[in-house]
Amino acid sequence: MTDLAGGPLFGLPLPELWFGLVFAMLGTFLFLDGFDFGAGALFATREDQGERETILAAIGPFWDGNEVWLVVFGGALFAAFPAVYAGLFSRHYLLMFGILGALILRGLAPEMYEQRHDERWQRWWGRSFVAGSVLAPLLLGAFVGNWVAGRPGSLTLVGAVVGLAVLALTVVSGAAFLRVKTRGPLRDELRPYGERAVVAYLVAVVAALGTLAATTPALAGAVLSGPVAALIVLSVVLAAGYALALRRGWDLLALAASAGLTYGLVAVVALLLYPAIDPAAGATVRGAIVSTLPLNLMSIGAALLLPLVVSYFVVLYSAFSGPAEPTEAY
Amino acid sequence: MIDPVIASRLQFALTTIVHIVFPVMSMGLAPFLIYFTWKEIRTGEPIYEQLRRFWTKIFAVSFVVGTVTGIVLEFEFGTNFAAFSTAAGELFGGPLAVEGMMAFMLEATFLGVFVFGRERVSDALYMVSALAVGVGTWLSAVWILIANSWMQTPRGYELAQEGGQTVVHLVDPLAAYLNPRFGFMYVHMQNAAVESVALFMAGVAAYYVFRHHVWGYQIQHIDFWETTLKIALVALLITAPLQVLHGDLYARHVYETQPQKFAAMEAVWETESYVPEYLIAVPTDLADLTDPRAKELFGIGIPGGASWLASGGDPTAEITGLEEFDSEPPPVAIVFWAFRAMVGMGFWFILLAFWGGYRWLTGDLFEDDLLHKALMASSLLGIVAVELGWVVTEVGRQPWVIQGIMKTSEGVSPGLTGTEAAITLAGFVLTYAALLGLYSYVVARIIRAGPPGRDDLRSLPEVPSVPDRDHTPAGASDDD
Repeated sequence: MTDLAGGPLFGLPLPELWFGLVFAMLGTFLFLDGFDFGAGALFATREDQGERETILAAIGPFWDGNEVWLVVFGGALFAAFPAVYAGLFSRHYLLMFGILGALILRGLAPEMYEQRHDERWQRWWGRSFVAGSVLAPLLLGAFVGNWVAGRPGSLTLVGAVVGLAVLALTVVSGAAFLRVKTRGPLRDELRPYGERAVVAYLVAVVAALGTLAATTPALAGAVLSGPVAALIVLSVVLAAGYALALRRGWDLLALAASAGLTYGLVAVVALLLYPAIDPAAGATVRGAIVSTLPLNLMSIGAALLLPLVVSYFVVLYSAFSGPAEPTEAY
Repeated sequence: MIDPVIASRLQFALTTIVHIVFPVMSMGLAPFLIYFTWKEIRTGEPIYEQLRRFWTKIFAVSFVVGTVTGIVLEFEFGTNFAAFSTAAGELFGGPLAVEGMMAFMLEATFLGVFVFGRERVSDALYMVSALAVGVGTWLSAVWILIANSWMQTPRGYELAQEGGQTVVHLVDPLAAYLNPRFGFMYVHMQNAAVESVALFMAGVAAYYVFRHHVWGYQIQHIDFWETTLKIALVALLITAPLQVLHGDLYARHVYETQPQKFAAMEAVWETESYVPEYLIAVPTDLADLTDPRAKELFGIGIPGGASWLASGGDPTAEITGLEEFDSEPPPVAIVFWAFRAMVGMGFWFILLAFWGGYRWLTGDLFEDDLLHKALMASSLLGIVAVELGWVVTEVGRQPWVIQGIMKTSEGVSPGLTGTEAAITLAGFVLTYAALLGLYSYVVARIIRAGPPGRDDLRSLPEVPSVPDRDHTPAGASDDD
């Protein structure tokens, strides 16, 4: 074990790699569970019982696995940057429990919805499903906004704007995902929602960056830096590509564009933070990283396990490729 | 306003006590589901498809509720116990991260295939998904208990002072993570989960068997419930004796490695040898309820029993009393009574298993109404015993969050206010009460609806192996 404790594995820049990995996990969660959230928000626009059940069937086999990316994000942050995990989560105490409450509601609702077939029961759980699906990305966005801005409280202007951006983004990917999984009038009617959401997303992102630059002078330079500007230009291109793909009926391409938008947003967040990782506590990536031995062990573990994890998702998504059928269960 | 330390401890206790019900159900059901799936694919007999589909419904609900309540726990280390997480993250965060990547991912993805995919994937991939879900739930417990066992008997670490704070550094990962305590906890927990589910299955099946055979009601698919009862009894006959025998070894290990907890389990205040094993200890006044052996009047005990158990056969062995330790003792009464109730139930489950096994041999399994009533009454006791066991484990190690290194009160988030903690505690009391109610309601509905009907199955028998008595359409058990 002495060599594992001696220095970073193969001399790799492990702190930066883990910083990137943590944000990649957050991005994967925001994309995969994001389209579940978006599907939940779009559920509110459907009156027809069959369409509602199709939406539930579309996310049914996937959402639990998708949500585990949040668990993995939390676990990786805890393992690689323990003090950052502890500091962030305890400083945004009520916000974290708001996110948990929304996730509980969103997770229970589809399961409960199918248990009984009377109207009042389904109306109630349908509303819970929408509420959980809207609140979870809104509050997660607020958390990320506060994190970047280094604001300790739960309710801030930056947080609210970033929350709205993330909410719009989940509708963008949700509309594309549901179009992949549905046929007929439902699929056609989803397009305008996706188009409006992608415009709303761009507006919200620019507003969020403006708010950040205005309220946090320390970040003004970073907001206007080349890499961030390049990512914003890329997002505009992806948004246009998304709208075009929806129009042409290339739904998978639209879904891929929404993935690009999501990872782009997370990359902007990471760029704005680096070299800090928790500005409110004055913690940097290099300063907050866990010691060499556990870091090396975690790196070996992640290198072995993450390819496996990806293969599970390939199996899951290929088993349920093609349109969802509302009757499928057990 | 309420003290944030107390609120955080209460909240963590509440959220774990509620959460553990669901992993017990899913870990305990996993081996049964793997067996049902295997038999369904190999034999094509409809009964196994019925068994697989019925118990998968309960598994799926348990899994979903287990997911949403489990994420809460992972977050609470950061939100409520930030000082602990900062100090011990180097040892404690790793197992949690690996649990997510190695176990939770495996179970949550293949759960989708297992629950929704029977018609979509091949038999082979379906079998793989059943195995993956089962292995995933059991691997989850590996990493959670590796993390927990390190807190009980910490090894492989070094203490350092950083920024005025004591921080734990990992120096020997093998010592830290291959902790002897882990083996004891894992066997005890996994066997308890299977035993609890066996008791639950037996209790539910006994209800239908009792109504059919004793009261003479016409129950649809009575062969389904009879088979369930027999399978549950087999599992109970294996797990119930094993749990008590292994529990004896585990208690001896606690005596050797966590003497303060052991003293609390036996309520030994002063170091003594030839300590009796008290089955009951009645206090002389109400104040002594919290101190089960202070001035006890009517103690029924086995002379030398506790010493004999602790040492593995020597009734004169010495047990270190709680007064010998520098730190304040854990709440002795809770640990003392929880331990006794758990052990008592463990023996009761053995009796139930042998009783059922004997009736099976004599051919009266479906006629012994007293046995049916005993099984029904005991259907949830396995889960109660698991809860009590965790109370012994977690209350018994107080005041320490990491035994001998860090006290629980020192682990709470420094910036947490009483108001914030009170808001979330109240929120959890309300939500979790509703959650438990909802879960019970849904499981009860699934049980009342019974297994899927024969017409509804994909595996249709070439030659019907069961008489056609359950072919009456529209059950009395349908939607209400």
